[in-house]
Amino acid sequence: METRELICIGCPMGCPLKVEINNGEVASVTGNTCKRGDDYARKEVTNPTRIVTSSVIVEGGSLAAVSVKTKQDIPKGKIFDIMKALKGVKVQAPVHIGDVIVSNVADTGVDIIATKNVL
Amino acid sequence: MLRQVYDIVIVGGGPAGLAAAVSAKRNGIESILVLERDKELGGILNQCIHNGFGLHTFKEELTGPEYAGRFIEQLEEEKIAYKLNTMVMDISDDKVVTAMNREDGMFEIQAKAVILAMGCRERSRGALNIPGYRPAGIYSAGTAQRLVNMEGYMPGREVVILGSGDIGLIMARRMTLEGAKVKVVAELLPYSGGLKRNIVQCLDDFGIPLKLSHTVVDIDGKERVEGITIAQVDENRRPIPGTEEHYTCDTLLLSCGLIPENEISSSLGVEMSPVTSGPLVNECLETNVEGVFACGNVLHVHDLVDFVSEEAGAAGKHAAEYVKNGAKHPSSDAKDIPITATQGARYTVPKTINPDRMDEKHIVRFRVGDVYKNCYVSVYLNDERVIHRKRPVMAPGEMEEVVLKKEELSAFPDLSQITVKIEEA
Amino acid sequence: MYDVIIIGAGVSGAASARELSKYKLNICVVEKEEDVCCGTSKANSAIAHAGFDAESGSLMAKLNVEGNQMMEKLSKELDFPFKQNGSLVVCLHEEEMPDLQKLYERGIENGVKDLRIINRKELVELEPNISDEAVAALYAPTGGIVCPFGMNIAFAENAAHNGVEFKFDTEVTGFEKKEDTWLVKTSQGDFETKYVVNAAGVYADKFHNMVSEKKLHITPRRGDYCLLDRSTEGFVTHTIFQLPSKYGKGVLVTPTVHGNTLVGPTAIDIEDKEGTNTTQAGIDELISKAGSTVKGLPIRQVITSFAGLRAHEDGHEFYIGEVEGAKGFIDCAGIESPGLTSAPAIGKMVAEIVSGLAGAEENPDFIGTRKGILDPKTLSNEERAALIKENPAYGNIICRCEMITEGEIIDAINRPLGAKSLDGVKRRTRAGMGRCQAGFCSPRTIEILARERGVDPAEITKSGGNSKIIVGINKDRI
Repeated sequence: METRELICIGCPMGCPLKVEINNGEVASVTGNTCKRGDDYARKEVTNPTRIVTSSVIVEGGSLAAVSVKTKQDIPKGKIFDIMKALKGVKVQAPVHIGDVIVSNVADTGVDIIATKNVL
Repeated sequence: MLRQVYDIVIVGGGPAGLAAAVSAKRNGIESILVLERDKELGGILNQCIHNGFGLHTFKEELTGPEYAGRFIEQLEEEKIAYKLNTMVMDISDDKVVTAMNREDGMFEIQAKAVILAMGCRERSRGALNIPGYRPAGIYSAGTAQRLVNMEGYMPGREVVILGSGDIGLIMARRMTLEGAKVKVVAELLPYSGGLKRNIVQCLDDFGIPLKLSHTVVDIDGKERVEGITIAQVDENRRPIPGTEEHYTCDTLLLSCGLIPENEISSSLGVEMSPVTSGPLVNECLETNVEGVFACGNVLHVHDLVDFVSEEAGAAGKHAAEYVKNGAKHPSSDAKDIPITATQGARYTVPKTINPDRMDEKHIVRFRVGDVYKNCYVSVYLNDERVIHRKRPVMAPGEMEEVVLKKEELSAFPDLSQITVKIEEA
Repeated sequence: MYDVIIIGAGVSGAASARELSKYKLNICVVEKEEDVCCGTSKANSAIAHAGFDAESGSLMAKLNVEGNQMMEKLSKELDFPFKQNGSLVVCLHEEEMPDLQKLYERGIENGVKDLRIINRKELVELEPNISDEAVAALYAPTGGIVCPFGMNIAFAENAAHNGVEFKFDTEVTGFEKKEDTWLVKTSQGDFETKYVVNAAGVYADKFHNMVSEKKLHITPRRGDYCLLDRSTEGFVTHTIFQLPSKYGKGVLVTPTVHGNTLVGPTAIDIEDKEGTNTTQAGIDELISKAGSTVKGLPIRQVITSFAGLRAHEDGHEFYIGEVEGAKGFIDCAGIESPGLTSAPAIGKMVAEIVSGLAGAEENPDFIGTRKGILDPKTLSNEERAALIKENPAYGNIICRCEMITEGEIIDAINRPLGAKSLDGVKRRTRAGMGRCQAGFCSPRTIEILARERGVDPAEITKSGGNSKIIVGINKDRI
């Protein structure tokens, strides 16, 4: 039986969590104050994921760069593959919040979307 | 000089200014003008491209620009007037706002009410009095954030960060993701000022060490940073000789405190709090200058933008009521009761509360001066304790709140003092 | 071939260049940094000393008083900030009054006007924040404060206007004496000239010693300073000195001509001629000493600290004149305090020597006035509105702490000897000198510099050389 202590990153509260793991499977989660904490704990010890945010160059727009994010969380181990995939990416203005900038980035099945309007 | 007239002028089009404007409109004022010095609305949120905003307000986790986008949308739906690239130079005590931009030149606006929403700036290396050379490569974390996130420029390749507040932690991750090497984050205090989640996703995720009770004691490199020396500090926060560690690097980022930008407020004669460096306000978020309100980071530095929006919404509502009432306050029999923060509580917003004028419930926000575990937030009306709430952990980096009830305050005989303090038992 | 090559574009070199441009001479100033005013001239107390401090009979004393007397008129002709705010040397111990008296007598002998000793009552009226320990003071109404960059840049621009050439990033490496001329060897090539003026600051001994058997020895003597926010304006209105006593030499507390309060300097001898780094010990020392002459010094309002290196020659004197055994090589060395004050007089003296040696004719086309960068804050609201209509760049504020507009920054970049770096813009316009120390304006100033100079923003530096701000673009190393 393994016990891991984590800080939940689901929201700014940052509840301290205790996860009991038996033979690679999560036996129990304590310390969370909401369901998201429970979900996070289970994921974090088996398949940790993150949201990745960055910015890409805009051409022909009123601003030089547009902020972007992964539409959903992606496997933590793929963070740098995603950054590599964003290297050199340029978008043409206008860009709107939600526009897909790169689809299925780094083969994660998740899109990179714009988080800002640049006209 | 050209002089315009508006009912409400809002200085700043960041999250506070936007929420105040929308609220004022929805509370019945048509004539509103937002003045913003940058080339777009959204304020500091435009460069906060990371996640974590909006959980309270929209029940979703948004990035900074997305959160700003929601309020910009509301402002545009409400057809509220705004000017960009416009700097407010001065506000007179009869509420004439002097501003400047390329198109209109210098112009004046006679306002009935003014809402201050100028946000804050960062403490510089100079203000911290860090000794050493003065090379290129030293940035406040926010300036670096602007360069990286909005211009697409890298300010450095090998980075040391001083200050583990959220901005420092966020920039540790940001620089790493964009290809720089962050060698260490040093923090003067024995605890980090940032959210615990940021320690995980900004430092632990990338194996960046955090050194608590450490500070920068020397900077070398005459033209560009070549190295940083950090040292451990004692309980008086003075460096301990012999504990020096040198890091080769080309960049030092500083995340050592935000200071509300109150130059305009001071020249207007607004009374300031020496603790927050922001204006002292009553429960309507009004300063000592009648008809001048304040909200957001210019009032006190916030951790969550959701609370900024809430506070700004209240300021907008009260400014609207003030204008609707003929640019004066409704008369009140009750007095403004001072709220004192003491014994662990550093300050409260608001500073005074009027039991007659207040809403049914009023959220009083405050910060503690140290880390407190298993202590109580206590509120006294005169000498009587009326709130005694246990909190497992309280830290200076996390804004706290207590709720005061109009019913309770009005019913209390000869109420002259409200006290907020931290008690052990 | 040049008639005169001046080594150093600090205040001595620039003043010499300006004064020499009154003659028909082919003059070139060579400067190892990227801009004028990059050495000691940019990091000092910014004071126009009245002249009681220098030893009577010395060249220092003579040029100090002369320079002080020239300041007011020159500041109008060349358009740089100067204010005659008066100096006070405060005596903190009754038993030291004889020393105060001696200082007064020395001042009289040096030719300082209107000098007098005042009692505590009068002192407190002049300076309410003076220390409770203050017993009396020497009051020198002719003492003043000046903008050191403003003055240095004004001299240089006026010199350039009158035909003087400036070569930057040009470091002198050696000399070769030819028959009637000197070959000045530099990092950018060799240049022949009839006369050399050695105004190389802390390096003046290095160059002197290359051409002379009799050596000079210049020790860099570091002065650390703390600069306080403009909100402290009025804390003191005069320049407050502490009477040197057996307890040591104090530090001064002075307003600056821009409304800040300046505290310092220390006096720490070092070896490294590039050692302009402040130290914790230096800063601690000046903070503790500053509290002696005033009460309630608002030291928490510090916005920056810096250090400058005095060019202290062992003999503690100015060495201005043709070097024995090196015909045509004129020293302008050992220019430590009161160097800044003396600069106008130093320039005049150098020009007299060189023009005399050269038998030079006067330059009938010499223009003695210079207009500095327009500061819109000095205009009326109506004038300002008209200015913005004509040139909208004056309606765009870049530095919010000092309220500096894009128009001023563009002027600073495009005028002769224009700014090439952030520090160049800073010294000419004050953008970046405010309480946020360029945190807000620097990204914007970089953009303007890049645009005006037609270079990539990544090429813009803080102060020339390797001091790049931007090292690349996002993800370029991934």
